[in-house]
Amino acid sequence: MNRLSPFNVVSLTLGFVFLYVPMLILVIYSFNESKLVTVWAGFSTKWYGELLANDAFLDAAWVTLKVAVLSSTIATILGTMAAYVLVRGGRFFGRTLFSGMIYAPLVMPEVITGLSLLLLFIGIGLDRGVLTIVLAHTTFSMCFVSVVVSSRLMTFDQSLEEAALDLGASPFEAFRLITLPIIAPAVISGWLLAFTLSLDDLVIASFTSGPSATTLPMKIWSSVRLGVSPEINALSTILIGLVTVGVIAASLASKQAALRAKRDEQQAARTA
Amino acid sequence: MKRGVLIAVPYVWLLALFLIPFAVVFKISLSDIALAIPPYTPTAKDGIWNMLTQLDFENFVFLTQDDLYWKAYLSSLQIALISTILTLMVGYPMAYAMARAPEQWRPTLLMLVILPFWTSFLIRVYAWIGILSTEGFLNQFLMWTGIVGEPLTILNTNTAVYIGIVYTYLPFMILPIYSALDRLDGSLIEAAEDLGCSRLKAFWLVTIPLSKNGIIAGCFLVFIPALGEFVIPSLLGGSGTLMIGKVLFEEFFSNRDWPVASAVAVILLLILIIPIVLFQRNEQRQAEAEG
Repeated sequence: MNRLSPFNVVSLTLGFVFLYVPMLILVIYSFNESKLVTVWAGFSTKWYGELLANDAFLDAAWVTLKVAVLSSTIATILGTMAAYVLVRGGRFFGRTLFSGMIYAPLVMPEVITGLSLLLLFIGIGLDRGVLTIVLAHTTFSMCFVSVVVSSRLMTFDQSLEEAALDLGASPFEAFRLITLPIIAPAVISGWLLAFTLSLDDLVIASFTSGPSATTLPMKIWSSVRLGVSPEINALSTILIGLVTVGVIAASLASKQAALRAKRDEQQAARTA
Repeated sequence: MKRGVLIAVPYVWLLALFLIPFAVVFKISLSDIALAIPPYTPTAKDGIWNMLTQLDFENFVFLTQDDLYWKAYLSSLQIALISTILTLMVGYPMAYAMARAPEQWRPTLLMLVILPFWTSFLIRVYAWIGILSTEGFLNQFLMWTGIVGEPLTILNTNTAVYIGIVYTYLPFMILPIYSALDRLDGSLIEAAEDLGCSRLKAFWLVTIPLSKNGIIAGCFLVFIPALGEFVIPSLLGGSGTLMIGKVLFEEFFSNRDWPVASAVAVILLLILIIPIVLFQRNEQRQAEAEG
């Protein structure tokens, strides 16, 4: 299979050019002196200065971070529970409905999720703000966590758990000492996914937030609607940079973990 | 007992914050508009009997009478369908090339596909405004090479919406197809070629059918969210771009007509039920095949 035809090379090259050039242009032009974003007028970092002096953006960034940390943490707990129930729970009443509710939010248009949650919050008289955004984000991101974790749960050897139970561990101990360490990478990537989804969300946050809480995407949205601005380019560059560093660090860490696991396995095989 | 708690907590959460909200939307779609805030009067104030006798389909009747909504649903379907096909055409060759790449490159290639997905959706759509506008980079480039004499109008047309959807949803198409192709047994293709198939024929008869599940999953992952897309048509589309997500958002925030917005959502949901159920079946079949 390891033959790359010229056609494969061309499709990969064009594909990655298509994926990366728009972001590259954004990054380059964030250092543009001119207010006109499509005309190059020399190198400058002044838009970063203006961005950092803009309190509205900083406030929004703080709200976004708070919401993302809270919602992704709750979503990871709930999503891991849901994954465990789906993969190991056996049959129970309403299992089909449950798995439907896990998969449906993955593809549900955000306008529908946002509208329905807003109407619920108004119906029960909950004041809209950070709390309601956290509830909304937790709900859809726990489903993503659950899918990531359940795919890991499905592939790992269940006899390890059974052995722990046979040797006298309680189900909770078996989970904490055996299952959790094994699925930990999936749980962490689930958390990261939930965190990014929350950072990124515009539509659901617009519906479920009140005047007291504006998230960064909402702030970006209101200025982007007026057209392209160099300040937004600077902000985008910062976000793209953070994500790039994060993803590369995460992939290096998981590579290292995989190597360590392999070494441990080999060692175990030798001693056995 | 403990197992009960484990099931109940996520179950109740999803019931309360996913399923019940839909019931609320459904109820409000059957209510009358009122000028008070919240701008609706519940139809079902006095129990179920009243609700059944006073069901008010006027919002749905309104939707059928106004051309705007029909056209918006149809054009959303059309835009989502065309973009899904385009995404497949761009994504399949990439996934295929990735699956054929030397083993040691694959993690890097995979990371390069996933990286944009972690980057803000809004920013990735925004990036295209500067590229596609009349004095944007694409037109500057095309005029510089002399391919066109006058700048093309791409921004604020449906073409820009297609580009935006293909760009932002491409990873969703590539990843499931790649994982299907990655599992594919290469000796099957060799066998087909040994038995006299041309490479193209072997691709058509062996590779495509064996990556079918990946193709189906990828298409649903693009089509379903694209149908209700709001950000892309609002930023890249023009006044002529009708998409139901945009209509719903405007009905809600600009016209503040909640019952009509809810009725729009209910119909969108009904349209989506079929593809969502098909998608879920496909996922479950795949999960069972793996497990």
